[in-house]
Amino acid sequence: MAKNISFRDFDWVLLALCLVICALGTAQIYSATINAPKFAEAHLHIKQMYWVGAGLALMFLISIVNYEVLLDNAPWFYLAAILSLMSVLVLGRKVLGARRWIALPGGVHFQPSEWVKLILVLAIARFFMELRHRELSLGELAKAGLIILVPFALVMKQPDMGTALTYLPPLFMGLFLGGMKLKHALVMVLLVGMAAPIAYRHIKPYQRQRLTSFMHPEEDSQGSGYQVEQAKIAVGAGGIWGRGLTKGSQTQGSFIPEPHNDFIMAAFAEEHGFVGAVVLLLLYFLVLMRLIHNAQTASDGAGTFVVMGIVAVLAFHVLINVGMVVGFMPVTGIPLPLMSYGGSSVLFMFLALGIVNNIRMRRFVN
Amino acid sequence: MNRDDKVPQYKLTVVQYCLLAVLLVLGYGMWRLQVLHSETFESLAERNRVREVPILAPRGKILDREGRIIVDNYPSFSVLLLRDQKRDLNADAALISQGLGLSPEEIRSRIRKAALGHAPESQPIVLKDDITPNDLAFIEAHKVELPEIETIMVHRRLYPKNGFAAHLIGYVGEVSEDMLNQPQYELYEPGMIVGKSGVEKSYNDLLMGKDGQRRVEVDSRGRELRHLSDSPAVAGQPLKLTIDLDIQIAAEQAIGDKPGAIVAMDPHTGEILAMVSRPTFDPNAFAVRVSRQEWSRLVSDPGKPLLNKAIQAQLAPGSVFKIIMSLAGLQEGVAQSMNVHCAGGAVFYGRRFACWVKSGHGAVDVTKAIYQSCDVFFYTLAEKLGIGKIAKYADELGLGHKTGIDLNDEASGLMPSEEWKIKNFKQKWFAGETISVGIGQGAVTVTPVQLTRAISGIAMGGLLETPHVVMMDDLQNPDLKKAALEHKRETRVELDPKNWETITDAMARVTLPEGTAPSAHLQNIDLTGKTGSAQTMSNALAQKLGHSHTVGDNGWFVGFAPRRNPDIVVGVLFESGDHGYLAARLAAQVIKAYVDKQRRHELEIRKAEAGDDGPAPTLATIQDKYSPPPKQGSQPQKVAAAASGDIAQNRGSDFDFTGVWHEDAGDEHQLGSGSFTLPKGPPARPAKAAPGMQ
Repeated sequence: MAKNISFRDFDWVLLALCLVICALGTAQIYSATINAPKFAEAHLHIKQMYWVGAGLALMFLISIVNYEVLLDNAPWFYLAAILSLMSVLVLGRKVLGARRWIALPGGVHFQPSEWVKLILVLAIARFFMELRHRELSLGELAKAGLIILVPFALVMKQPDMGTALTYLPPLFMGLFLGGMKLKHALVMVLLVGMAAPIAYRHIKPYQRQRLTSFMHPEEDSQGSGYQVEQAKIAVGAGGIWGRGLTKGSQTQGSFIPEPHNDFIMAAFAEEHGFVGAVVLLLLYFLVLMRLIHNAQTASDGAGTFVVMGIVAVLAFHVLINVGMVVGFMPVTGIPLPLMSYGGSSVLFMFLALGIVNNIRMRRFVN
Repeated sequence: MNRDDKVPQYKLTVVQYCLLAVLLVLGYGMWRLQVLHSETFESLAERNRVREVPILAPRGKILDREGRIIVDNYPSFSVLLLRDQKRDLNADAALISQGLGLSPEEIRSRIRKAALGHAPESQPIVLKDDITPNDLAFIEAHKVELPEIETIMVHRRLYPKNGFAAHLIGYVGEVSEDMLNQPQYELYEPGMIVGKSGVEKSYNDLLMGKDGQRRVEVDSRGRELRHLSDSPAVAGQPLKLTIDLDIQIAAEQAIGDKPGAIVAMDPHTGEILAMVSRPTFDPNAFAVRVSRQEWSRLVSDPGKPLLNKAIQAQLAPGSVFKIIMSLAGLQEGVAQSMNVHCAGGAVFYGRRFACWVKSGHGAVDVTKAIYQSCDVFFYTLAEKLGIGKIAKYADELGLGHKTGIDLNDEASGLMPSEEWKIKNFKQKWFAGETISVGIGQGAVTVTPVQLTRAISGIAMGGLLETPHVVMMDDLQNPDLKKAALEHKRETRVELDPKNWETITDAMARVTLPEGTAPSAHLQNIDLTGKTGSAQTMSNALAQKLGHSHTVGDNGWFVGFAPRRNPDIVVGVLFESGDHGYLAARLAAQVIKAYVDKQRRHELEIRKAEAGDDGPAPTLATIQDKYSPPPKQGSQPQKVAAAASGDIAQNRGSDFDFTGVWHEDAGDEHQLGSGSFTLPKGPPARPAKAAPGMQ
């Protein structure tokens, strides 16, 4: 299946949109860390630019490799993903009570759970690609669930509920596109509803704390309720036009927790106001629409599945992260893609973009 | 493989709409916070960001009439606990308590109390007042661990030592819950320091000043990022009293530790020159925070040291009241022609009333009745006048009414009348009661300031001024000044000049050998006055109340100089002083101090005018309005070289009312000390510079 690919077909619009978000994010990281004594010497905004550079390189690299090759090897990738998650549990460095990172030579900390997202997108696409009929049987449903459940459980064990939850959207997207029966869907919703109270009893105390303080933030003004409250204050204080870059008192006074990372949206909203926040949401919307456009033009169903899986992951991140900042969602600790500081997150996004372009550039085959 | 099978397009469209919905929801979330409620969050962010630390305004100094400082301030530091920090204050309590020497329970209970008191979170709690340098060092060293701890400079009151003029000045303290509920304190906030008694209270608004604020920007850990702005504190205005420190000192020395009160007043203006009450208290004990033991000691002391007896003691005036009787009798035209034979007592309405001289005074006219204080004469006069006329004159002279002095909680005393008796006891007035009233006993009660003012009215030929302790003309606040001047009202009592002369001439003989207080006689000073001694209660009642010994009578004296249109009137109450002449000696000391001061000044002027010619007059030989008038047909008075020795000697030493705090803290803990001592005698005039000394 030799195919001619050309970078003329590369989705430059999508890349430009993503780079604009990255630029906004980098500027916000700069503003959020410049006055924080903890990060003043770290130059995180410079590091973030390096990560974006590395991500771009990785993106072009992976866009050359035929995605069908990736799909063909999906089982191997999946196996590698499971192994890497297991190794985190064994070898991982414990930070703040959770094993999420593996220390690599050269001082780089690698967080495998980020990459697993992409592998799961491929694995789900591969799984549905091999199904012949349009309606999913109960057995197929269980198999698809199992693909996600194993890594999900491993990440929950770290524990990192936020990241574990991000494994679910590709599954649901796959089930929706793959022809899940409405009956099954309703039963599943029912089961999840029933399982929730049981799960609540088995999650870690701090996670339960987060959920409680999400429900009643005023009762816990010192802990995670305080974080949400301060984030909301920051967003609200931004008003329509914002207080200006490096001028937000909530951001500069370290009232917002992690203003360069999980709560970067709060910092951005404070300093750029409602107008800035809407522009940013619009950018995400355009990115998502552009991705769906690429899913539509994919040469085969498998390509559509892959791109839509990425759409699901990205949309879920945005929903949870921004929802958390405006007080609609509990604190889960997942980053805002392309905005938040962090190598693993940046590289995942650009790898995903690479695969999307990979699919796009091969859309005229057949 | 169905790898090439396409996914149905409608499903992708569904996803698109779902995403649109998600982003609209998120956009609404932003709109809700940033547009609908942005003002709320802005103010919350502002409260996070800005810390307001009060800058306390110093209270105004209190000065005497010549501008000498009576009450000053000294700087001291207090520890504040900021409650708007996101810190677990109860957890830090252990470290704080260790460093400041407080118990953790105490700190926790203060936090709890503040939380219960609905005080706004931005308002800090005072943890410890008047801290030591060790405390200050601890706070400096733990700035990072304990960002919620702040120190603040406080100006504390430095009052004169040994309770000097304590009742007049009063003291300050934290505004109480009760005060805050009163309308005149509605603008005050909890924690403010306000005057609690004396002029500190009555002129609190003027003295208090306005606290300022230091606004700093802080981060989430309470670190100061930036200094935003200061609104400076406006210092309280200085308050100039009518008190003359020289006279006040003389009065303080005269009364010593004896229970009672002295009031000295300028009858021309109503200006109070000195006011003393005993027993006294140390207002410095209140300057930081009065200890529980000290407070209960002051409150339970039977001598009532917190009571300003000069305006609050209500006691029978005794024989001093006879001056008011004489006025009534003379003005009514009854007393002039009265000649009574005193045989040591007389019978009225079937009951024998004794004279204080058992052997009797013999033939008595009004003049003799005054300087010998004959009871029988005034019993007779009272019977002739009846209670109605007595009450009328007493009422005109202000008895039974507050004088309107500019101090809080003045008592009104009581002047009985037929109406009063019916109203309060539903009983008819018995004529026998009038007889007792005639010598200032019975139901009549007066305060020292009231009696002083009444007698001054007679000495002034009928002019009565409202007593006051603050220089009205010097008040900085125009509204207050206007109100004060309106409040100050002079009243006139009708007094025939002939009667005026009769009464004052008789009073001038009280301190002569034939009078009741010869031992209070002052050389070369026309000391005029009237003694009194009044039963505090009957001995039977005293026994009933469980007093082991009989309670001594209260001694009274109201004196002035010169005898008409006096420049100074001094009222003395000497509780359990038995005899009026003992009180008269105290008044004499004060009047002598006053006259000597005037004369020294006069002598200075004369010396400057006359140069070195001729023998210069001395205090004892100078002839002026204070000198007694030369006796007609008698030898010019021989000048005694030794003028009333005991009194003169009192001026020999400097009177030191040093204000010192932390007396027991040792040298290195002493934050500072201040003292002020009055120079001996009149200020020395600068010596003429010798040539070549320039």
